[in-house]
Amino acid sequence: MNTVKRILGVLWILLGLAAVYYLIYNQAIPLWKAGGENIIAAVIYIFVLCPIIAGSLGCFGWFAWKGEFDE
Amino acid sequence: MSDKRSPMYAVIGASSVGTMIEWYDFYIFGSLATLISTKFFPSENETLAFLSTLATFAAGFIVRPFGALFFGRLGDLIGRKYTFMVTLLLMGGATFLIGCIPSYETIGIVSPLLVLLLRLLQGLALGGEYGGAATYVAEHSPNHQRGLMTSWIQTTATAGLIISLVVIAITRGSMSEEAFDDYGWRIPFLASAVMIYVSYIIRRNMHESPLFAKAKAEGKTSVNPLRESFGNRYNLKFVLLALLGVTMGQGVVWYTGQFYAMSFIERVMHVPKVQVDGILIWALCLGTPFFILFGWLSDKVGRKWIMMSGMLLAVLCYRYIYTQMYETVNVQNKTEVTAESVVRAELVGADSVFTVSRAYTDGTRFTEVTTVKAGVPHVDKEVSVNASDKRTLIFWVFIQVLFVTMVYGPIAAFLVEMFPVKIRYTSMSLPYHVGNGIFGGLLPAIATFLVTRADAVNAKATALGLLPPIDKPYLEGLWYPMVIAGISLVIGIVYLDGNDNRVDD
Repeated sequence: MNTVKRILGVLWILLGLAAVYYLIYNQAIPLWKAGGENIIAAVIYIFVLCPIIAGSLGCFGWFAWKGEFDE
Repeated sequence: MSDKRSPMYAVIGASSVGTMIEWYDFYIFGSLATLISTKFFPSENETLAFLSTLATFAAGFIVRPFGALFFGRLGDLIGRKYTFMVTLLLMGGATFLIGCIPSYETIGIVSPLLVLLLRLLQGLALGGEYGGAATYVAEHSPNHQRGLMTSWIQTTATAGLIISLVVIAITRGSMSEEAFDDYGWRIPFLASAVMIYVSYIIRRNMHESPLFAKAKAEGKTSVNPLRESFGNRYNLKFVLLALLGVTMGQGVVWYTGQFYAMSFIERVMHVPKVQVDGILIWALCLGTPFFILFGWLSDKVGRKWIMMSGMLLAVLCYRYIYTQMYETVNVQNKTEVTAESVVRAELVGADSVFTVSRAYTDGTRFTEVTTVKAGVPHVDKEVSVNASDKRTLIFWVFIQVLFVTMVYGPIAAFLVEMFPVKIRYTSMSLPYHVGNGIFGGLLPAIATFLVTRADAVNAKATALGLLPPIDKPYLEGLWYPMVIAGISLVIGIVYLDGNDNRVDD
């Protein structure tokens, strides 16, 4: 089980990066281009949501990979 | 050290009533958002539209986690009881004042700025309330009944939503539409003051949590809860585990079962708002006792597997449930009574209005009004459902609420048991509000994007003379909660232990 936990850690890191790509390219950039009040949502995606989602998944993945969750 | 201990029923009552009122306060703004926007954020003004968006996003996404940090720290430094009294008064005061603010027409730009400020205070208060109430009840509960005792706190979010819908419906029903639009919408906000006052009086007479009082008397409380919660590697990994393995999945299941279902029935299936509210109220009332049932069950069989089962069922069943809901109301499956159908075209001022009204043998009525304004058509559809279809929709929403009760019923006890007394309020509040506010709060935006993109792909293919590649584009929005709940499920199953049920560490 510990090996599975560690291998999955890499997946969570990659997932964090994929989430950032998705949020920026599919959500934030189209909203930024739409202008007006949409810019608020775009800023929130880039400066609040991306760091939280990527940070939490990346950090969790790193801990898992390093064996911090081993039994 | 204080050896005073409030009776358990009083602890649960004082905590649950206050938290329920806070949820009520938070939801009436959302339920009346369309009306409020006409009073404070008229759409023709770009700056006001900007402020309106800020009010929605800031209160829902950003401020709640900050409230969790601010009040969580306070709760771990000075105590649970005083902190969740402050959050109660802050929420009540902000809600009452929203009901008092003159409209944009009367005092201009000051009006929306005040609404924005008060909405931010509401978000802050909500961020601090839940962790306090859950911790307070859990720290009074015996080990073998903590799931049951804290499950009362878990009913409050749903109960707050029900009460907000009922209070608004009663207020609306007791006066003309004009009167409600003029001043009646303020009544649900003003009524909050009475509820908050009663709740404040009840809470004021409670004693501090015995575990916190003991820790404080022994000098074992934290001097810097934020640093010990998030700067300490050992604790941080449990904060991340709580977020990704539990609250993230719970947040999307919660939002889907209650808010996305409501929005889907209203906007995709075109059922009138009054009927949608009725369906939701019934489903929530039927589902609410299950929070208690699953809380109780979690004391017997463990919390982890009940929450994981709720997420698994949600992932497996959502597409089927939404297909059934859609097909229940789909008029293409019904037999039209052609003698009762009406097609009418008329000129209203400079606008052309085309009305198509159809009746069906089962009592369903469909109306489509196309208004052509300056050459631009705008279509409004409405499907008024019969009693049998209404019961079917109540059933399917109830099933979703059942999933919500499985993931949400045991979660307070689970989170409380993950963290030690001295940093419990801070450590459990943040993952809860990030999971709900951010992962759950993102659901409407991302689901709408996925549906819109699917519609665009189908439209492009149709324009090229090809068959639409996406079979049921209206279901595409469900991918977001299914993927997020799926990730949370895997993390929860693989990494969560779920065997620690002590809170005195």
